[in-house]
Amino acid sequence: MDFYLTALLQGLCFSAIALGIYISMKIFNIPDITTDGSYTLGAVVTAILLTHHQPAYIILPAVVISGGIAGALTGIIHTKLKINALLAGILVMTALYSVNLSLMGRSNLPLINISSLFTLINISADPNHNTFWILAIFVLIITLLIGYLLKTDFGIAMRATGNSESMIRSLGVNTDRMKIIGLALANALTALSGYLISQFQGFTDISMGIGIVIVGLGSVIIAETMINWLHITSVWLSLALVLAGAVIFQLILAVTLDIGINPNMLKVVTAVFVLVIVSLPRLSLLSRK
Amino acid sequence: MIQIKNVHKVFNAGKANQVNAVNGVSLDIKKEEFLVIVGPNGSGKTTLLDMVAGSVFPNSGSIAIDGEDVTKLPDYKRSKWIARVFQNPVSGTASDLSIIDNFRLAAIRTQSKGLSIGINDTFKNQVKEKISTLGMGLENKTEQLMGTLSGGQRQALTLLMSVIDNCKVLLLDEPTAALDPRSAEIVMRTADELIKDYRLTSILITHNLKDALKYGNRIILMGEGLIVKDLDTEHKAALKQNDLFDWFG
Repeated sequence: MDFYLTALLQGLCFSAIALGIYISMKIFNIPDITTDGSYTLGAVVTAILLTHHQPAYIILPAVVISGGIAGALTGIIHTKLKINALLAGILVMTALYSVNLSLMGRSNLPLINISSLFTLINISADPNHNTFWILAIFVLIITLLIGYLLKTDFGIAMRATGNSESMIRSLGVNTDRMKIIGLALANALTALSGYLISQFQGFTDISMGIGIVIVGLGSVIIAETMINWLHITSVWLSLALVLAGAVIFQLILAVTLDIGINPNMLKVVTAVFVLVIVSLPRLSLLSRK
Repeated sequence: MIQIKNVHKVFNAGKANQVNAVNGVSLDIKKEEFLVIVGPNGSGKTTLLDMVAGSVFPNSGSIAIDGEDVTKLPDYKRSKWIARVFQNPVSGTASDLSIIDNFRLAAIRTQSKGLSIGINDTFKNQVKEKISTLGMGLENKTEQLMGTLSGGQRQALTLLMSVIDNCKVLLLDEPTAALDPRSAEIVMRTADELIKDYRLTSILITHNLKDALKYGNRIILMGEGLIVKDLDTEHKAALKQNDLFDWFG
């Protein structure tokens, strides 16, 4: 059972990345894979500041800002230099690998016996329960902030940018600026996942971000399938489903490990699983014809 | 209201597929003038309109709106004067947003989009009231996604959206080209009423010669990137449909 609890906790850690991918992919229609780099960047910044015994009120903004800068860079390369968003993301992600490595000075930084977000507050005596409640509150706050943002005038303009660029420009919005802000926001959220995971697993590793974009993508695709299926238009429900998507994704991975699949094959399983969710709606459409 | 001075626009300059879209057009559009532009495909009508809107910049020449030189001003900064209805209904509205969200954005066209929630009951009622003037029964569907509406409904709503915030210039680029005759008539009639009610300066591009004859108080014919004919209110009123057909003969 602990196995599944861990999966649930991981799912909550990854919900920030899922929200980030939801913003870049669904709202802005930009395939952003800066994610692999900004996720590790968030974890690296967390590890360095934690080992230097910096307080949480410094670490959290530092993580958000570093992720934001990474995203903004991708945005600037994409909009100002007119480079394909996918390539812009790859460039920043590649550069971030070296940045992360030189920031840490080594490839792995353990955080054992260092007080973290999860030891900061004691809600429950059981450390797992304590972690759960802290994560739940953390994720709830992020979701409320993002939900509020999407409801504001600025948020509506954001949602329209990925939808009808000609319209939103004629309504007085600088779409380049909007995309840069959107990618900054998405990668700040991604960095937050790095922040949570590094403290949750107790170390930061240079390769922890490899292929992480698929976790966010898978979560969003699960959410999108449910959104289309249930004909949901509400912003709040959509965000809730994105969170659910992140948790479901981790639970399914836990099941595959539980039934005895070789952990080395986990990335294959993940890739196949995402392929299945993406293709399922199309397959069922075919069979109806 | 709009002064266009000797503008040129060349696409793909120096390449095999070079297009001389606009070759030195000068045009002075007065306040509250409703200018109709006709001309064959490739005569530079849309390029000229895009240059007024700011989505295309001229290679040479200048454009001024309301006395201000806007030649280098990007489209999103010209929105304080200009509202636009596109040929494709999809371009003028955001499909995945609700009607009310679309109207909210239009209502703050000339303002900055801030971090406060602008959609409240007062706003909703205001929008419902406006939409009910169309008589399309859309006033109770404001939470519906724009994408679920027909092209005609979307164009009519785009028109309403253009005047919900302070607007001086209305650009209509073949707004009815994608519509059936009935919807097209409703859209053109609505446009005409709004232009009169709000005393807008407007430019209409159309291939529909009946519309060209019926609406507007000045008409120009474009060809090969130049103005071929230019008729003022008096001469336009005297124009017959057959004369107009002859222009294309």
